[in-house]
Formats: sequence, C-alpha cells, structure tokens
Amino acid sequence: MNEVKNILLVGVGGQGVLTASEILSEALMLEGFDVKKAEVHGMSQRGGSVNSHLRYGQKVYSPLIEEGKADIIFSFELVEAMRFSKYLKEGGFIVCSNEKIVPNSVYFGTVKYPKDPAAVLKEAFGKSFYLIDAVKIAEELGNIRFANVVLLGTVSHLMKISDKSMKDAIGNMVPEKTVEGNLKAFQRGKELAG
Amino acid sequence: MKKLLSGNEAVARGFYENGGRVAVAYPGTPSTEILENMVQYKEKINSQWSPNEKVALEVGIGSSFGGARTLVAMKHVGVNVAADPLLTVTYSGIKGGFVLVSADDPGMHSSQNEQDNRYYAKFAKMPLLEPSDSGEAKDFVGLALEISEKYDTPVLLRTTTRISHTKTVVELKEREEHDGLLGFEKNPSKYVMVPANARKRHPTVEERSIKLTELAETIDVNRVEMNKKEIGVITSGIAYQYVKEAFPEASVLKLGMSFPLPINKIRAFAEAVETLYVVEELEPFIEEMIKAEGIPVIGKEVIPRCGELNVEIVRRALSPEKEEPLTTEKVDEKSLPSRPPVLCPGCPHRGVFYTLNKLKAVVTGDIGCYTLGVQPPLSAMDSTIAMGASIGVNIGLEKALGIDFSRQSVAVIGDSTFMHSGVTGLMDAVYNKGSNTILILDNRITAMTGRQENPGTGYTLMGEETREVDLEALARAIGVEHVRKVDSYDLKALKDVIREEMDRPEVSVVITYNPCMLIRRKKFDIKKYRVNEDKCINCGICLKVGCPAVVKNEDETKSHIVESLCTGCSVCAQVCPKDAIELV
Repeated sequence: MNEVKNILLVGVGGQGVLTASEILSEALMLEGFDVKKAEVHGMSQRGGSVNSHLRYGQKVYSPLIEEGKADIIFSFELVEAMRFSKYLKEGGFIVCSNEKIVPNSVYFGTVKYPKDPAAVLKEAFGKSFYLIDAVKIAEELGNIRFANVVLLGTVSHLMKISDKSMKDAIGNMVPEKTVEGNLKAFQRGKELAG
Repeated sequence: MKKLLSGNEAVARGFYENGGRVAVAYPGTPSTEILENMVQYKEKINSQWSPNEKVALEVGIGSSFGGARTLVAMKHVGVNVAADPLLTVTYSGIKGGFVLVSADDPGMHSSQNEQDNRYYAKFAKMPLLEPSDSGEAKDFVGLALEISEKYDTPVLLRTTTRISHTKTVVELKEREEHDGLLGFEKNPSKYVMVPANARKRHPTVEERSIKLTELAETIDVNRVEMNKKEIGVITSGIAYQYVKEAFPEASVLKLGMSFPLPINKIRAFAEAVETLYVVEELEPFIEEMIKAEGIPVIGKEVIPRCGELNVEIVRRALSPEKEEPLTTEKVDEKSLPSRPPVLCPGCPHRGVFYTLNKLKAVVTGDIGCYTLGVQPPLSAMDSTIAMGASIGVNIGLEKALGIDFSRQSVAVIGDSTFMHSGVTGLMDAVYNKGSNTILILDNRITAMTGRQENPGTGYTLMGEETREVDLEALARAIGVEHVRKVDSYDLKALKDVIREEMDRPEVSVVITYNPCMLIRRKKFDIKKYRVNEDKCINCGICLKVGCPAVVKNEDETKSHIVESLCTGCSVCAQVCPKDAIELV
C-alpha cells in the first residue's frame, strides 16, 4: 500500500527551518523514498512565519500537506506550533523547541503573545506534544547552531528514519568541522524521544 | 544519479544537459533560482542578469539568432515587461532553440497579482509546456528546445510556485552538445520585422500553429491515464498532482503541452468518460478552448479561479457529498499574533520609512523589500503597482493635484528597480517640469529576491568584477539639478534633506545609501546596543521603528534589545527620548 507520511516544519525566518527540512528530505531520499518538499522562499527578510511541507512514501503526488493530515509538526517556535497545529492528524506528534519569538506586531495590534504557549499546547495535545529545550542542549554542547539538529534527532527517531541515513544527510549538509558536534546533538535529540 | 531538485534547479539542469549556451534573466520570485543555479555550469553556459526582463528577452533573441540554445527566465509579471519583443519574435522565429520560462505565482506568495501567463502562449502564438514536477521541468526544457528548433518558434515553459520551489527526486543525465546551428547568417526577410517582411511572416506563423496542433495530438507528454470511467479529468501542471491524489481511480488526460490544444484527443477522452472535468489553477485557459469546440465539460463552475489549488479543494469540488467535516481546531488561531515578513534588523530602509511617517508624506512606492514600509508601525507607503511605477504615479498625482500636493509627496524606489524601469520615469519628471522628490533607496543589491547582483553592484552573475552605474551621475545626466546623498542611518540628516527637497519646486533626487546587511561578500562592522533599564521609561517609541531586535522585556516594564539580532544600526537609539539605548 502506498502510505504517504507528512512532516510539517514551521518556525520564524532565520531560525533554520529550511535547512532542517533539507537535511530531513535528503535522509528520506537516501532511505529510498519518493520525497517532495514544498516551501515558499525568495524573500530575504528575517522574522516572518516560515513553513516547509515534507512528504514521503512509495509515490508522492501533491507536495502540500492537508490540514489534519500531518504525522509530525516540527516547530522551532511555540506560537508557530500553535498556529499550524490544525495540520496535525489524530495520533500525530508535535515536536517543538522551547523558544518564544515575539513579533513586533503585538505592540501595535490588539492580539498579544500568549502568556504560556507551552501550557496551552500541553493541555491540547498531552503526550503527543514534545517540548524540547533545544537551545539549552545546544549551548551545553558548545554551539547554539546545533539546536536544530537536536530537534532533528527527536523527529527522525519518532519517524523511524534510520540513523545511517540521517547521519549521512547531516554529513552532506553541514560544514565539515561541525559534523562531530552536530552528530552529538543528533544523539541527544534522539534520546529525548525515548 | 538521483538527486532532489527544486523545479528551478531542474530547469537549470535541463538546460545544461540539453546543450544550453546562453541564459538570461532579471530576478523575480519564484523564478530567481533558475539563473542562480545556472552559474555552476559556467564552463558551458554564459549566464547573466539583465537590468530588466525586456532587455533579458532581447539578449535571448540575439543569442538565438546567433544559433545558440538559449533560455530566458522571469516571473509572470516580468513577461509583461518583455511582451513587446516577445510578440514579434514569434513572427520572426528563432535559430538556436529558444525557451522562455515564465514562473507564475498563484496565491501571490510574493507578487502583486496572480495573472495566468498561459494566455501569453495563445496571444503570442507559441507552444506551451506545463511541467508537473521537477523531473518534468528538466525533461521539458529539452523538449522545448527541440520543438523550438524543429518548428522555428520560441517555446513557453510555464511553471508555478509549487513547481519552482518544490524539491522532487530527479534522475540526472550527462550533457549533450547541440552546437550545430552556431553562427549568424544575414536573413533580413526573417530577422528584420518591417511591415513588408512581417506581413509575409504572419501566414507562416498560422501554418506553424496548425503543425503544432498536429504535434500536440501525438506528443507523448499529452497522455491518457485510463482508469474508471465515472470521472474523467483534463489537467496540467501542479493541478495534475492534486487530481491524482484526490481521485486515484479517476481517468486523467494529462496535458504536458497545453497549447495548442489536442482537440481530437480531448474529444475522444470526453466520449470515453461519463463526467468530464477540467481542473486547472487560476484561469479557465484550457476549459474555454474545450467549450468553444462544443464539448461538455465542468470547470470553473466548481473549481475556484482565485488562489492556489490543493488536494482538499479539488476533492471537495468534484465530490462535495462525500467530504468529511473539517477537524475541530484545538488551538484558537485568532488568539495568535500575526507574523508577517518584516524589514530585517539593521535594514537601511527602516530609518527612511520612519522619517517619511514622521513627515506625514504621501509616498508613491515601488517593488522590493522596501514595499514592507507599508506595514505598521512604519506605515509609510500609499501606492504600489508595478516595477518602476512609483515615479510615474508621483508625476500623475502632481499633474492632477498641483504643486502644493507635490510638496507633501515623495516617490520611493530601490536601486535595482530604478535601473529596471525607473530611469524613464525620472526623465519624464524632468522633461515635463515636475517638482517631484524621488528617493532612491540604494542598498547596493537586488535584495527582495535574495540578493542578486545588478548593474549598480560592481559584480556580474558569473562573479566577475565590472563597472558600476553611478546613480548620482545618471540623475544629473538626465537633467536633475538637485541630487543629494544621505546616510540612511542618520535620522536627522534624512529628515532635514527630505523636507528641504519636498519643499523645492523642482525635481530632486535623494539617494539614501548603505548596503543591505545580508550581502554575503561584504564584511560588516557589527556593534550591539542594549537598553539601560535605569533610564528606560517604557514609552515604547523605540518599538515604533519596527525592528525585530527591539522588544519588551518579559514583564513588559522596559524595552529590551535581542542581542543576537542587533546589528548596531543605531536607529532605535536615535529615536529614544531618554538616551536609554547605549552601545554595549
């Protein structure tokens, strides 16, 4: 049967959402899947909402994930996880970095940044919601840029993507001298998935 | 070898594999990465950015007349700029294979309209190919070049954002050379489109259209995927993927070549299925031609004209009765703050729009990163229509409302947009004795599309150093007497100079300068600012510069600067009434 899996990556421009999606899609291709990865880019601005649709299976047609169909929402920021949570299917997971980025719009509009978005997500999604202190772990490992790979460790473990493909993909995509640190970060993220 | 390629990467690869020689473009989302990816093949392919799409297309025409396989790429609205040469080169025909890539933007992710450029194929009388994924995008470039040379016609390859920016798995091949046509031979009756020659070419074009229709009937990219007969769908481009996913059991006629239309094939397909649909994004381009033949078909009665399609829209449109209810939202989306794209921290445009807001100016705007100046809190843009339009619109407002109005008004245009199509507007202002004030926001790059070189940057697409356009000298040469340059991070100077020039009853040009902070080849001296909490009175004025680095602290009692984002541009520090923002 042609089962297609869906990963929706979301976050804020500048956080590395598209790079993470690039690594995941590369790993999935190495696994032998048909892969489609859709995003909108071309704008240089930092700070806007960013998303990347990643689908894989034996044969993938549409590059876009439907609402209520994502197996995983992989978020780099708490409010963005909330914004896209309608894409999650029953039984899917949200893996979210414990980061808040407050947009300037809150100071001029009527809508405020939620007081405790992590609590809202926990309440709504219970055990399907993985809150990861990715930045803290990356700091422990000596480079805050490793944060995304910590998250990738958790996500790839939940998606049962083989270590070999993930490590090959990371090796292909990150600068050579950071490979070792990135692989450590990957391992830490994997352990968090339990 | 298999590789994940975006549609844009695949187009570049396809051009390389099929003996491409010359590639030309002006950057525009979602087409930009085609030429950016062409540079890796610079041993074989001569690639360049032109100042605008019209010039790009003309360079392409010359290259093709010289017998080289040629590709010209642009976004949908760019084809409007290039339409003049396009509608005549379809008369003259070509020599070396000529493919025009139009990257359309349904849903307007980064565009001012969502026009459907397939109509250009019909309008200009050229064949149209619509790939459905990156693999086809690559293959169709080769097919387009072949058709072009065989039928002596430019070919339109039309992609959309979801093709251009979606990566799919592609099988790579080696390059094949196609240099047999290289060389220019004089042939005025073909290349010189004076009326006498063009009159002779027109019937040739009509004969070519008949032959191309025959081709469309037999070409393998127009294929029937026969399945159950209850539903038959005619579709093309990305819509094919949505149809296949929503209705795996439907019969499908996939049109890889959607103009001219294979009417006989369509008629046979219509007779073989019970209910016939056309599923196409945006306009009823295919549908209208089928209906004109008297073949019953359902299209825009159920498929929306506006915006992008997706699987859900197609499924609901074709089988409304079966649809399950939408999942309930567990999080109230309306309770969340919006996060639109914003000017980056350190963006040299920020101070200009802050100043224009304070001056309460009427701002005729243009297309680029700086169009974001329309958003709160900067809120300083009052019109945006097309590339270069800021100056013409400004002149028109003055013609209608007089010089007193003009004193309150400025035109704002970026360096790249000015060279694209603002120069002619400036000539108009001088020639017709305007009193307009034109701000050229010179950030030394074509920024919005991802930082591309242009005639003002001193570098070519291929990475070679070159001469720079001197904007100040250019404005003076046009006849502008009052040309002033201002440091775009100096708020006081900005305000004084802009005010003075707005008051002046003659045309003036104010060039605000500082490079985009994201230019890769430049080194920036990054400083950091912080808020001295003892001095901060939480007045919120610094938040009004709209910088992502300036926020409030956790309990919202003081302003706070996110150190990792701050570039030290000092704009927030300049607006603080208490001097509470200090260098770290």
